[in-house]
Amino acid sequence: MGAVRRTLRVTGFVQGVGFRPFVYRLATQHMLGGWVLNDAQGVTLRVEGPRAAADAFGRDLRERLPGLARIDTCEVVAEEAVRDWTTTFAIRRSRSDGGAGVLVTPDSYVCTDCVAELFDPADRRHRYPLINCTNCGPRYSIITAVPYDRPQTTMAAFVMCPDCQKEYDSAADRRFHAQPNACWTCGPRVRLLAPDGGEHPAADPVDAAAALLRGGRILAVKALGGYQLMADPHHADAVAALRARKERSAKPFALLAADSATVARYAHLDDHETRLLESPGRPIVLLRARAGSGLSPQIAPGSPTLGFMLPATPLQHLLLAGTSGVLIATSGNAPDEPMARTEEEALGTLQGLADHFLVHNRAIHLRIDDSIARIVHGPAEPRVTFLRRARGYVPDPVPAPFEIPPVLAVGGELKNTVCVGSGTSLYVGQHIGDLKTTGNQRFFAETIDHLRGVFGVTPRYVAHDLHPDFHSTRYARSCRDMEPVAVQHHHAHMASCMADNGLDRPVIGVIFDGTGYGTDGTIWGGEFLVGDYRGFERAGHLARFRLPGGDKAVREPARVAIALLAQHFGQDAAAFPLDLLRNRDPFEVGVLMKMTARGINAPQTSSMGRLFDAYSALLGVCQESGYEGQAAIELEAQIAWDHTPAPPWPLRLVEDEGRLVIDHRPWLEALLAGILQRRATTAELSRSFHESVVHAVAEVCLRLAHTHGLRDVALSGGVFLNQHLLVRTEAELTAAGLRVHTHRRIPTNDGGLSVGQAMVAAARATAQETAS
Amino acid sequence: MTKTVVLDHGAGGGMSQELISGTIASILGDIYIGEMEDSALLELPGRRIAMTTDSFVVDPVFFGNGDIGKIAVAGTVNDLAVSGARPLYLTLAVVLEEGFALADFRRILHSIRDTAAAAGVRIVAGDTKVVRRGEADGIFLNTTGIGVLERAAGLSSRALRAGDQVIVTGYLGDHSIHILSLREGLGFEQRVFSDCAVLNHVIADVLDACGDGVRCIRDVTRGGLGTVVNEFAQASGVAIGLTQQALPVRPETAMAADMLGVDVMYLANEGNLCLVVAPERTDDALKALRAHGECAAAAVVGSVVDGPPGVVRMTGADGREATVELLYGAQLPRLC
Repeated sequence: MGAVRRTLRVTGFVQGVGFRPFVYRLATQHMLGGWVLNDAQGVTLRVEGPRAAADAFGRDLRERLPGLARIDTCEVVAEEAVRDWTTTFAIRRSRSDGGAGVLVTPDSYVCTDCVAELFDPADRRHRYPLINCTNCGPRYSIITAVPYDRPQTTMAAFVMCPDCQKEYDSAADRRFHAQPNACWTCGPRVRLLAPDGGEHPAADPVDAAAALLRGGRILAVKALGGYQLMADPHHADAVAALRARKERSAKPFALLAADSATVARYAHLDDHETRLLESPGRPIVLLRARAGSGLSPQIAPGSPTLGFMLPATPLQHLLLAGTSGVLIATSGNAPDEPMARTEEEALGTLQGLADHFLVHNRAIHLRIDDSIARIVHGPAEPRVTFLRRARGYVPDPVPAPFEIPPVLAVGGELKNTVCVGSGTSLYVGQHIGDLKTTGNQRFFAETIDHLRGVFGVTPRYVAHDLHPDFHSTRYARSCRDMEPVAVQHHHAHMASCMADNGLDRPVIGVIFDGTGYGTDGTIWGGEFLVGDYRGFERAGHLARFRLPGGDKAVREPARVAIALLAQHFGQDAAAFPLDLLRNRDPFEVGVLMKMTARGINAPQTSSMGRLFDAYSALLGVCQESGYEGQAAIELEAQIAWDHTPAPPWPLRLVEDEGRLVIDHRPWLEALLAGILQRRATTAELSRSFHESVVHAVAEVCLRLAHTHGLRDVALSGGVFLNQHLLVRTEAELTAAGLRVHTHRRIPTNDGGLSVGQAMVAAARATAQETAS
Repeated sequence: MTKTVVLDHGAGGGMSQELISGTIASILGDIYIGEMEDSALLELPGRRIAMTTDSFVVDPVFFGNGDIGKIAVAGTVNDLAVSGARPLYLTLAVVLEEGFALADFRRILHSIRDTAAAAGVRIVAGDTKVVRRGEADGIFLNTTGIGVLERAAGLSSRALRAGDQVIVTGYLGDHSIHILSLREGLGFEQRVFSDCAVLNHVIADVLDACGDGVRCIRDVTRGGLGTVVNEFAQASGVAIGLTQQALPVRPETAMAADMLGVDVMYLANEGNLCLVVAPERTDDALKALRAHGECAAAAVVGSVVDGPPGVVRMTGADGREATVELLYGAQLPRLC
């Protein structure tokens, strides 16, 4: 056994996460000499000493990694045998921090060490509401520029006291180069404000805030990426007031709980869900609500799920400790406006929503909302899937399956995200939301500028949706120095699922969503595409029906139901003994039927999302949608958690210009027979409808797999948020011998669209560049 | 004498003569001052003239309170007037489909005469063509108009300045809802009528009252207010802020638009103006407008505000602000 001098190059999340002190401690433990430094690609380090010790060091490097660090590659770039070696190990000055290859890390939770100090009366940071260390705390939301260094964060204004500076400078300390390091002496302070912005007199603002929450008040509280509105979920008046003030009649509120044990009192929780709740990203996790938990039904009316998260900031820990351990924590925004980020914004936009404001003066540079995730209990191993990807995950890139040119993708119109891609990385920005409001339009532009800046990408192409009136489309077309690339909505969905699974071969894409502009000028949404990143063929779809009133029909599922009835049964359908018709003004029913028959402001669609809406309305489950997806969510809720299949209704496939078209008239007949003859319960009919869709998907996919010689199926689009549909479809397709790909890192809804757009634009550009 | 238009009406022979002299010229009476020569020779009281042309296709040809003839005269008169001109002369070109009822044609001519008389314009030249069945939809009209510019002040959509007030003179969307409902039998046609009207006298009065305090005027027709205001914002490179609650909309029209799922901001009007006026002349303008019955609902709906150039925003009843986009084509569903 000789001795070696070995040089390693490490990439991944290795800067600003305590990686160098970790290397230092590890090398010292193994009695190895050498050095470590940050460079433009990540970290380069050298160890020298006995070969066995160097090997052990290499193993530990991967296995004992600190919480926030992640190694993507670790390569030995040089090795030589040596006779003698040093045992001193040094952290060297960085060569040049923050090149394009260095990952800006997502914001993170409060690590267990910091939580322990927070509640330790002997610690100098006892109850300090902005405690953090290299293993935890804010990152992405406070970075103003790269490299990640205190002067380029919103902590620049705070000069460290001698104690904090000592920690910051000491290689062995947990706070070595912890950029947001702070304490009671030198750091930002929390204040409690009245709605007029004046200081609320209190010895301890956090204690006072907790007391106000216990008393049923609604508080705006500054969290990692923006303000949250908090209230006591056990206080019926507080819940009702929050609903009224947020103008939210039905959309569920998220809950914040002190720990998993507390969550388990209100919701069913397995190991996977517990791990997800406790992970540093601290997402809101959708869980199956426990019956009789004593929680107000007003938290999530009509929904069998509850959204829980564990604290992501020290301030949340302190508030939970001062209350019952569970709080409502919903985004602090006026409806459809971005979440308040600054104290001024909070006092302005949350005026009338919050009774008091718990603020602090560590600025948020870029707002970032809470992420929402859930565990899919499918036929395979349970896995994580995202409904919204933001705090705790952004800007961790999605790897591109091949080298791509610099590209910007601007996403869709609702649940907007943007994506900046270059090389083998796709940097998806945080959830922005509905681009209808000017506030969100500004947030959209800021996010694009920020992502381009921190990742140093100058896009050559800008990918956008085909829809001509989306704000994002207009933005893309107004970009100078970038070539616009229009990408069909469902093609982008398919490409996003392919990229999410690292695929680069032709697939069958089953893309079910609400609305997307098709290449033929009609509205698509129940699509079977065959293709790859560069292009697609529309191989099948749901039979078309009409949306009387366009967007109005999206908000009123009953309109779609009436359109289906009018399409298949004509004016006679107005007399059907359905609650849906009886509860409506006959004049209006007449107008809607005429609009359908004559195509008056009634665009044609093949949307699966709208078909779910219509069935929800026909079954009397939901006639009007208070939030996106409500009708479909409540239809699924009829059969929640029990994935037993029911016999499907008859399937009729017809061919139209070479495309397979699912004719849903037999389903409508079966449903009406079920309702009118009272042969089945609402739950049974819902289950039959779900199974009929699954059956149709399986049949169409099998035929396409055969004719096109393909085995891979990518499922994408917002309709696949439906767990029953997703799990059953996956099971059927897998049983039929197909390889099923579903979303993992990015949402299946329009939040994932920008990734697909980026990949399509990149693939087309690459093909073009190769050709010329 | 036939009861319907036949192809021989357009053959240039006796039947053509009969149609032109016996029907068209005789009904138009003293409104028609054509000489039946190849051109009309005109005296113009001034050197700067305004000229415009428009073709008219309306389905149905007759509606609750008007017809294609009224629209064809009012449309061209209004286009001249909003440019600051005094309308003087019109031409009238008619395309008739074989089989169109002559009684209906006469009704339309009466309407043309009455509308031209109300506007104070003369018809100086004309043309008639007859096409075979299926080659036109009943009747198409084209009018070309000439007016004189007697005022020094030029109205221009490029002249908007910070603080200028945006005025709309009538209820929005009535024409669209009335016509659509009548055509499709939706049942709103007895509750909402077209706003079709000649507006040259109103415009003259408002220009007299405000002088160069009026920056520009636009006839709010196809594309609706949303399109007009966007064009203003882009031409002048300013931001415009509108207040939804200030928009004049009849409750019946609002109800119909809601049921149909259309936005009144983009519905067509036929007798509705959008004016941009200097803030200090706004009251004068409103007073002059409201003195005319067809502009009784005139109201300030917004103003030129600080903001990105070319962008129009509207504050809703709930205080929320949204961009009023210039639509690319028809209104499309945007929700996904």
